[in-house]
Amino acid sequence: MWQILQQISPYAIAFTIPLLITAIGGLYSERSGVVNIGLEGLMVIGSFAAAITVTVFQPVLSSQALWLGLLAAMLAGAAFSLLHAFASISLQANQVISGTAINMIAGALTVFIARNLTGSGNIQISPFTRFDIPGLSEIPVIGKMLFVSTYATTWLVLLIFIVAYFVLYKTVYGLRLRACGEHPQAVASAGVNVQWVRYTAVAISGACAGLGGAIILTTYSGEFNGSVFGLGFLALAALIFGQWKPLGILGAAFFFGFASTLATSAQAIPALAQIPGVVLKTFPYIVTLLVLVIFSKTSQAPRTAGEPFEQGKR
Amino acid sequence: MTQFHYEERKEVVILLMTILLGLVAGAIFMLMTGHDPAAGYEFLFRGGLMSLERIGNTVATAVPLIFTGLSVAFAFKTGLFNIGAAGQLLIGGFCAVAVGLTVELAKPLLLIVMILIALISGGLWAAIPGWFKARFNVHEVVSTIMMNWIAYWLVYYLVPAYFKGAFETESRNIPAAASLRTEGLSQLFDGSYINLGTFLALAAVLFSVFILQRTTLGFELKAVGFNRYAAECAGINAGRSIVLSMVIAGALAGLGGMTLYCGYATNLQIGILPSQGIDGIAVALLGANSPWGVLAAALFFGLLYSGKGFMNAMTSIPPEIADTIIATIIYFAATSVLIEKGIERVRKSQKGGS
Repeated sequence: MWQILQQISPYAIAFTIPLLITAIGGLYSERSGVVNIGLEGLMVIGSFAAAITVTVFQPVLSSQALWLGLLAAMLAGAAFSLLHAFASISLQANQVISGTAINMIAGALTVFIARNLTGSGNIQISPFTRFDIPGLSEIPVIGKMLFVSTYATTWLVLLIFIVAYFVLYKTVYGLRLRACGEHPQAVASAGVNVQWVRYTAVAISGACAGLGGAIILTTYSGEFNGSVFGLGFLALAALIFGQWKPLGILGAAFFFGFASTLATSAQAIPALAQIPGVVLKTFPYIVTLLVLVIFSKTSQAPRTAGEPFEQGKR
Repeated sequence: MTQFHYEERKEVVILLMTILLGLVAGAIFMLMTGHDPAAGYEFLFRGGLMSLERIGNTVATAVPLIFTGLSVAFAFKTGLFNIGAAGQLLIGGFCAVAVGLTVELAKPLLLIVMILIALISGGLWAAIPGWFKARFNVHEVVSTIMMNWIAYWLVYYLVPAYFKGAFETESRNIPAAASLRTEGLSQLFDGSYINLGTFLALAAVLFSVFILQRTTLGFELKAVGFNRYAAECAGINAGRSIVLSMVIAGALAGLGGMTLYCGYATNLQIGILPSQGIDGIAVALLGANSPWGVLAAALFFGLLYSGKGFMNAMTSIPPEIADTIIATIIYFAATSVLIEKGIERVRKSQKGGS
């Protein structure tokens, strides 16, 4: 069992990281009181922006172009998420419908533009290469699991995770953001602009989701095709599974990462090959459902998530 | 009374404005990518309407959308957001295909059995998230998405294992006795793939209108949608209403699956989550969650979808423009407050002027 875990670990981590960063984005949005079901579409936008940027700059900048692509993805994700912010914060529209519209526009518009550029609608790039971390990869047991054939983006996301945790719990902005999700009227009466806080939170979620989509492209996928395979929705599930808390999300994302990777690599592992594929493939989703059943009664969801803020309402 | 009339008229105007804005946005996208929007729209609409065969195909494309649109709209009336129409459609369609491929009966009888199976399986599939919502307060958006992926993988493994067709990724073709297509209808529309699903869809619209407007059940479902706690105070069993609403929504989507795989298509493709699920949300939204509105919206989307291939062939505009237009319309529908404010302003300035 331990050996299996070691074997699949690099792949599982590669799968987990985009999920984790997108779920962190969802965390910021929902803790501020805006449900962002458009994460999936924002990931597609990020993936698209990165694919275009990398294609344009790879001849001149070689591997630096990939980092530029990640940056472009974050900017594009943040910019596109403002559509959702405008609808759900300024116009007090139904946030689930607005998010669904974001998903649909992202999927259709990016492929439409890509088809105009490449004909097929797919854009291929040469992704990041994996590397072993010198020294650390020699550590017995965990060295092989965590520090062998890693992507640079993995460490970037873990760094962002720590920063995101710190900002959310140790800064004034983080406190205000969390308060906006629990009792926006109280925040407003303390003289804070609730709408501004929510706008920034949604933009952060867009940037994170964009980065997540770009990481899929620049690590294990290598090709833009207008879809992120439902990972945005899985990130939402990780957010709820993790009960809207960073460490919970970390655990949930890694659970999904390892469960999915186990399912896809089961054929190659004798101990798992006897289990029917359908059981392995549906396992993460069934567990999520069960976890939701257990935790939803005592849900830690932000109290006003999904509700528009009205100044006069108490 | 006149006030009410005005409100209704305003709603229609807003809807038409959203569609118009969506089409304008589509034209802008075409212009930005160096295409001629006038030619684009001409071929898009001609592709969906220019012959009897193409009109038939437009209707056949719209039929599954009518079902998923009704499914989403029905759940929405009870305050539920059914993102799971895709999974319910897949399960209902799969069960209908399975029966069609294994049971040997005379045509009308076999079709009736398949319809019942599609209704029941889709309904049961949706009952699970409904029960989770009523009993454990599990948010239906996430649970129906999970159910979608479970349905996707179930069908992904079951089809090749038991009903493998010419390719690994599809089922065997269903026999003529299990097909909703009939020779008479196909000949009437010059060989189009319009089928009996059209009548099923009309029946579903009438059924929804009847349930929602003429029955106690419909009243209870809507009451729970307006305010669950007030409804409970009035003695309505909210949990039961939520489960029932999901069951009906799932049954509608399930039957839509049968019209998709045994009417519009002739077999079941695996490896894709049917796009009709998400499009159903768009249809319901544009149709203002009313059954007749859903019918109109689904026909409109069916027109865009069935015309896009012809447009692509004639103008080199990528077919995804149709999906982009639909998506933009949905965003404008979500932000229709802006349009409403615009209309109010125009009305006020007219009043002030006269």
